Amino acid sequence: MTPVYLDNNATTRVFPEVVEAMLPYFSEQFGNASSIHAFGSEVGGALRIARRSLQALIGAEFDHEIIFTSGGSESNNTAIRSALAVQSGRNEIVTSAVEHPAILQLCAWLEKHEGVVVHRIPVDEQGRLDLDAYRAALSDRVALVTLMWANNETGTIFPVDGLAELAHGVGALFHTDAVQAVGKVKVDVKNTDIDMLSLSSHKFHGPKGLGALYVRKGISFRPLIRGGHQERGRRAGTENAPAIIGLGKAAEMAMATLQEDGIRMAALRDRLEKGLVQQIGHCFVTGDPHDRLPNTATVAFEFIEGEAILLKLNEAGIAASSGSACTSGSLEPSHVLRAMNIPFTAAHGAIRFSLSRETTEEDIDRVLTVMPNIIAGLRAMSPFWSGEGATPDGFNPAYA
Amino acid sequence: MWDYSDKVKDHFFNPRNAGALAGANAVGEVGSLSCGDALKLMLKVNPDTDIIEDAKFQTFGCGSAIASSSALTELIIGKTIEEARRLTNQDIAEFLGGLPPEKMHCSVMGQEALTAAVAAWKGEAVDDDDHEDGALICKCFAVDAGMIERAIRTNKLTNLEMVTFYTKAGGGCSSCREPLEELLSDVNRAMVAEGLLKAEEAYVFGAAPKPQPAKKKAQGFVIPDMPPMAAAPAPAAPVQMAPIQIEMPVAVAAPRPAAVPAPAPVAAAAGLSPAKEAIVVAKIIEEMRPVFRADGGDVDLVDMEGSLVLVQLTGACSGCQLASATLGGLAQRASEALGRPIRVMPVAKS
Repeated sequence: MTPVYLDNNATTRVFPEVVEAMLPYFSEQFGNASSIHAFGSEVGGALRIARRSLQALIGAEFDHEIIFTSGGSESNNTAIRSALAVQSGRNEIVTSAVEHPAILQLCAWLEKHEGVVVHRIPVDEQGRLDLDAYRAALSDRVALVTLMWANNETGTIFPVDGLAELAHGVGALFHTDAVQAVGKVKVDVKNTDIDMLSLSSHKFHGPKGLGALYVRKGISFRPLIRGGHQERGRRAGTENAPAIIGLGKAAEMAMATLQEDGIRMAALRDRLEKGLVQQIGHCFVTGDPHDRLPNTATVAFEFIEGEAILLKLNEAGIAASSGSACTSGSLEPSHVLRAMNIPFTAAHGAIRFSLSRETTEEDIDRVLTVMPNIIAGLRAMSPFWSGEGATPDGFNPAYA
Repeated sequence: MWDYSDKVKDHFFNPRNAGALAGANAVGEVGSLSCGDALKLMLKVNPDTDIIEDAKFQTFGCGSAIASSSALTELIIGKTIEEARRLTNQDIAEFLGGLPPEKMHCSVMGQEALTAAVAAWKGEAVDDDDHEDGALICKCFAVDAGMIERAIRTNKLTNLEMVTFYTKAGGGCSSCREPLEELLSDVNRAMVAEGLLKAEEAYVFGAAPKPQPAKKKAQGFVIPDMPPMAAAPAPAAPVQMAPIQIEMPVAVAAPRPAAVPAPAPVAAAAGLSPAKEAIVVAKIIEEMRPVFRADGGDVDLVDMEGSLVLVQLTGACSGCQLASATLGGLAQRASEALGRPIRVMPVAKS
């Protein structure tokens, strides 16, 4: 039985067309794009085409607004550090409680060691940003607002365009971590107030180890990595030509069918969510039902733990992921689900199914076939479960 | 994901004794909110013989939590209460062929549930035990923040090397060096604020290392520099240092050093002649020999130079992944006995 891969928010399969586009640039056209000879200039031409494909995918006005990096985390680090460096006199950052660790851990570091004041805006139970708290945090001390376009765990989409406008109202720069959005929903930066945007190639069927930072023309910038003229002196290091060319191909492919893919994935996602909720009691879908990614379904199953579910799913040939503590090794449940106030027995049992353009109806039906038994089996073993719901006599362990 | 042993997988996919136990007469319930696991252990004890005739569990938790619960029931059915209460979390982990360091708390949960059930049977109060203690800092040796903070405070540690020396944290892959540095500077700062440490002694995050004695060479090895142990506890203290002794978490198939009959604490004293020091070290190796032999190997003292103890590993000890851990235990014992930092290095057969 072919495995069912529903963990596309973690990473995606590199499409064969992408691999094919990359292959010549390893052993045949292996030149350094900076070189004057023919080996180099051929590569340079291919890089320009790739950059334009990505420019089209995110709707940038100019292709030089794109800086290639090693991935989403580097893009995020670069954006935040640059914004602080170019805004002397402002030392506050506004972000949210549900950002990716690449944002949150850097902010915690800056707060602790570099005297930066960090505002973490809370979210409601559907993962939507608390707009009043956001407005209250904005002031002329804020150097940067960094808010994600779409949440990796729940798929909830923040209204980044409007949020960026508010940030500009106090003269702050606006950065968005769009790693989960690019290639899945329409992104058109030129018609927004967004100053910087991070993206990652392997989230939309491109190769790993490559990302990009969009920096709007005219925005002051300080490089994170110095030492070369590449990317117009904004990110030193010989270009990862095969990966950039692969990203270009992946961008082109995503762009070609973005809309119909979105509609199809959303229909499959809804089929999955409805099927699970109807067949299995005591579970619910997390995230904003009205505004979220078409490919992400996170369902919280009460009274059982996520890792156990994942192991059983894996045994059935289905790959998913969880917000559970025990999967990550951090021993803490997902900061996103905690920020959303999901009760702890449910947060530990939250399973994320993330679809791709390749996901089929059969894949979804496979999940719907095996899931009820998995959940029932684990609940039968749970001290919190009575057969109907929570144990009536109450299980009251002594918490250490 | 996790590298679970086949036995863990077997006990997860085919749990033994899962479910409620009708007629249970001793029940232990434990759990940890932060990790999201909870275990209800139900025993049926024969009041005349004190033998555990049946045991069942209900567990909310990850794969290894369910496997540990299953293993626990298998280990205790047929045992007397007295036999069962001697069971440790290591026994559960060993029964399962080892657990990943991050998952050792699952075996601890099993042991705690058993303690609670035994206490319930005997009508005793349960000691509140530390289930887990802060973030896991060192994944190689499963050392958490709480344990490290206790070691720093108890022993007034002010540099990273000593933290590693006392807790093993950072002694493996050393990738936790940054969080370790942060923790050390935070704890030292708090200690200064509480008047427990002089401000100039405190470790400051990112501070340049203090000057260290010049490097010496021995037999072609460069002796790893160890700062002088001026701030270390008085030599009589080692017996009280037990709380910071880290037990090796995984796959230790043989009794660990801690299981060796406690030696009469060798009077730790500075100023022993090199020959006498060598005798002390040889004695420690002799005491630990049953541990090595149980593993199918052996250790011999080759030479001792300054802070460096050179040993030869034979049999299963040589090339064994656990050799470094075994030698770590030896180094700790030797350091305690001699009152100064000692490094143990294996040498090839001459």
